[in-house]
Amino acid sequence: MDKTINQKAWFLVLPVFLVVAFSAVLPLMTVVNYSMQDTFGNNQFFWNGVGWFKELLDPSTDLGGRFLASLGRNLLFSAIILAIEVPLGIVVALSMPRQGWTVAVCLVILALPLLIPWNVVGTIWQIFGRPDIGLLGYTLNSLGIDYNYVSNEFDAWATVIVMDVWHWTSLVALLCYAGLKSIPDAYYQAAQIDGASRWAVFKAIQLPKMNRVLLIAVLLRFMDSFMIYTEPFVVTGGGPGNSTTFVSIELVKIALGQFDLGKAAALSLVYNLIILIVCWIFYTVMTNAGAERPEKKGAA
Amino acid sequence: MEHIAWMAWTLPTAIFFVMLALTLGVMTWLAAAYPEAERVGVLRIPTTRGDRLFISLVLAAVIHLLWIALVGIDPLLTLPIGEGVEISSLWLATLISLVSAVAIFRTV
Repeated sequence: MDKTINQKAWFLVLPVFLVVAFSAVLPLMTVVNYSMQDTFGNNQFFWNGVGWFKELLDPSTDLGGRFLASLGRNLLFSAIILAIEVPLGIVVALSMPRQGWTVAVCLVILALPLLIPWNVVGTIWQIFGRPDIGLLGYTLNSLGIDYNYVSNEFDAWATVIVMDVWHWTSLVALLCYAGLKSIPDAYYQAAQIDGASRWAVFKAIQLPKMNRVLLIAVLLRFMDSFMIYTEPFVVTGGGPGNSTTFVSIELVKIALGQFDLGKAAALSLVYNLIILIVCWIFYTVMTNAGAERPEKKGAA
Repeated sequence: MEHIAWMAWTLPTAIFFVMLALTLGVMTWLAAAYPEAERVGVLRIPTTRGDRLFISLVLAAVIHLLWIALVGIDPLLTLPIGEGVEISSLWLATLISLVSAVAIFRTV
């Protein structure tokens, strides 16, 4: 028979639970309450049932159209940055030195973008990309490339994506580097004896050993990019038109711009549910990946 | 009640949260009184009662949202009470959720 788990230690979490209740549970309950009602302010609410959810999930309405369009843009954005940042991060990690003073230099340089506050990153790229005074924008236009992120959708997307790659590839690289460092030398020596090619070493040793950290990197980058707000808001403000309006930007527009608390609450609950499901899948895969659960065999 | 007016409580949402809190309370008591072993079900992941409750709740939310999006919330029937109480077809989604929760607790 399997050993039972003693769950009583969870009672020790109670104090934290009380703090979280005030900072998260009560606001979340309020959001649920709002999602069922309409308000014009002054704490006066009118029951609307699941009306907002109906509107939100119906692409033919204004709310539903905006939500689904921004959700599509957000998923596309996440897919693109993952497709760039993960392979790039692996390449950077593989080309970093393993020992000597250059290690510290590389680590510091890589850590720099991660330390910059998000709105500062946005401001940097907003100015960097300006065609009149920005180094990037001015140079591109001097080279004959018509680049203007304010008026061209493609340029706006390119700017936001390059900015995210600049900001976050380091994180993937650092995680991968940590994974690489944990591989014992014996593996490489064995590969050398077998006369394995560089590609074979990567495929048979390095990639499987980086599996776990790569999953963490993908999870972190997906969640962050799926909730992205500050950087595109500062650079493009969601424009031109709505072309870089991601879900969180749409949410803030609805909640604070239009003061449609009911619509915004319904949107944020569905948004929350998507994030919860993705998180759970990643977490489950991560905690069960590769682990053959040896303690099971021992306890049997 | 004036100081919590901003929370905009209504009877249906209050009932919802009370039931959720009761469920969590019962699960907490169960975990303490009758400790259990993880088991591997059809999802081939080790789950406890809590995991199965979580999956059931998330699935219930998805089922309700899909029902609202695909079927709608037209009244199913009208009960002859007073001026007539309309029963939304959304209750069918609740029924499906309950059935799926039972299935999850048995097989996952």
